[in-house]
Amino acid sequence: MNFPSKLIENAVNEISRLPGIGKKTALRLVLHLLKQKENTTIELADSLIALRTKVRYCQVCHNVAEGEICDICKSHRRDKSIICVVEDLPDVMAIENTGQFQGLYHILGGVISPIQGVGPDDLKIESLIKRVFESQSSGEAVQEVILALPATMEGDTTAFFITRRLKETGIKVSTIARGIPVGGELEYTDEVTLGRSILTRVNYSLD
Amino acid sequence: MYLKNLRLHQFKNYQKADLDFSREINCLLGINGSGKTNLLDAIHYLCLTKSAFQSMDNLNVLHGGEFFTLSGEFDLEGKNWEIRLVVENGKKKQLLRQGKPVEKMSEHIGLLPIVLIAPDDTMLIKDGSEERRRFFDGMICQVNHEYLEKLMRYQHFLKQRNALLKQFAERGNWKPAYLEPYDREIVSLSKYIAGVRSDFLLEFQPKLLEFYRFISDAQEPVGVSYESDCMEENFMESFGQCLQKDIATRRTNMGIHKDDFLFSINDFKIKNFGSQGQQKSYVIALKLAQFQILNQQKGTKPLLLLDDIFDKLDDKRIGKLMELVADRQFGQLFITDARPERSRQILSGMKETDVRFFTIEKGKVAAVAQ
Ligand SMILES: Nc1ncnc2c1ncn2[C@@H]1O[C@H](COP(=O)(O)OP(=O)(O)OP(=O)(O)O)[C@@H](O)[C@H]1O
Ligand SMILES: [Mg+2]
Ligand SMILES: [Zn+2]
Repeated sequence: MNFPSKLIENAVNEISRLPGIGKKTALRLVLHLLKQKENTTIELADSLIALRTKVRYCQVCHNVAEGEICDICKSHRRDKSIICVVEDLPDVMAIENTGQFQGLYHILGGVISPIQGVGPDDLKIESLIKRVFESQSSGEAVQEVILALPATMEGDTTAFFITRRLKETGIKVSTIARGIPVGGELEYTDEVTLGRSILTRVNYSLD
Repeated sequence: MYLKNLRLHQFKNYQKADLDFSREINCLLGINGSGKTNLLDAIHYLCLTKSAFQSMDNLNVLHGGEFFTLSGEFDLEGKNWEIRLVVENGKKKQLLRQGKPVEKMSEHIGLLPIVLIAPDDTMLIKDGSEERRRFFDGMICQVNHEYLEKLMRYQHFLKQRNALLKQFAERGNWKPAYLEPYDREIVSLSKYIAGVRSDFLLEFQPKLLEFYRFISDAQEPVGVSYESDCMEENFMESFGQCLQKDIATRRTNMGIHKDDFLFSINDFKIKNFGSQGQQKSYVIALKLAQFQILNQQKGTKPLLLLDDIFDKLDDKRIGKLMELVADRQFGQLFITDARPERSRQILSGMKETDVRFFTIEKGKVAAVAQ
């Protein structure tokens, strides 16, 4: 692609480095910005710089934070005896949006997949184990770890690995239920999911 | 079951082609390189979501093209199935059934059974164990969906474990505990898979013998036996004892991916002791036994694709196969031949049968005749 100006070329090159954005789309975005008020671009650039230089990761759960500890870990209203382990940030946001969980999180930063070059050491697994162990001698012992990992073979491997490591602590380890989506028809549910929901069926409660 | 029609777009050497088939015998005629085998492969694709010859989907796109599509209408015991397959460079392969996308390719396998007899089938005897595992796995997967799912799981975990062993070596730190999640899956899946394979052979073996005797008119006993360490009582321990070797070689040295199927004649390995003729009869018998198993378990006659068999087989074996055809043992048949007069002559005896001849020229269907 030939550009009329080096300035445009540089901007296009930088933007097209983002995932899912090719040169054509990048050029469209650049031309769009040029048509807007100058401030639009300045605010965008400032927010990106602030994002990259100011964002910290929580030392406890690895969520994004503005200081050393994130808002969830800091909160007095959260139940410190229960930790929900997730693959990444969007999972925290999704679970928070349900409003059904009052405990703390632990973000692994991925799942174990050596094919992709991700081994247990590349994830925040040791930090979880340490966190649970250390809590036992503090006033706020962790009593349950919920594994909310993807329903893939990698998710299963990671769940197994963590459960194995936590075994010594003797605390309860659970995994989120997998089954038929609310409003879903049995007929259209795939065999594996249906089979699994029968195996992990729950008691029917009249309340 | 039969295929009513087939439409190709930018598939291999076909720009566009549209064929209506006989529900009995279809004979694809044309000189070498005209595109006969490619048509069989298109049918194979629609039944099993992949090529019989080329594992890289995008290499099947017409040179210079961006995508190919195949569509076909099947009749499966009175029910119509519209299958469409789209392969586009850089995108995920898509399969549509009755117009609806199928999420996992594996869901489709087994719906439309198919058997291919091809000139290089003797590879099954001559090549390494991988070809034989592929043959039996392919067949079992068409009849046993749980097996298919577990085999895919196995292959995935095996890849992960091997990648981890490599990572150990590259990073220079050994943490055998990291292998545990994979070991556990590989051991338990190996036991399951080995069990199914071995049960399957019990059923397969007598059919193989029966067809071998029919094809060769010989009485010598032939057999196939399954060789696996995975059914041993102490397999789990042996697997564990292999760890040092696994670490040294950076790959997994035990499990069902090491199994073999031994083909024998008079209790000797056919690879070393079978004559050319015996080997030819043996591979045809393998395929015919496959046909019969699929037929019985699926409750419908699989499509039978015969690639170049008139060229590769002697008159006696062709005669035997044609006996089966005349006896209506098969359902729909697709036969390719580079020598039209030969096929016409062999098939001229089939008076009661609807035989359709297609003349193929450079990726085009040039003529159709009854
Ligand atoms: N992706 C592709 N694009 C274009 N042409 C292709 C592609 N893949 C294969 N071909 C061509 O298809 C032709 C081979 O077709 P095919 O194997 O069906 O021939 P055939 O009629 O079976 O020949 P034979 O009688 O020798 O077995 C070759 O000329 C090959 O170059
Ligand atoms: Mg050919
Ligand atoms: Zn936190």
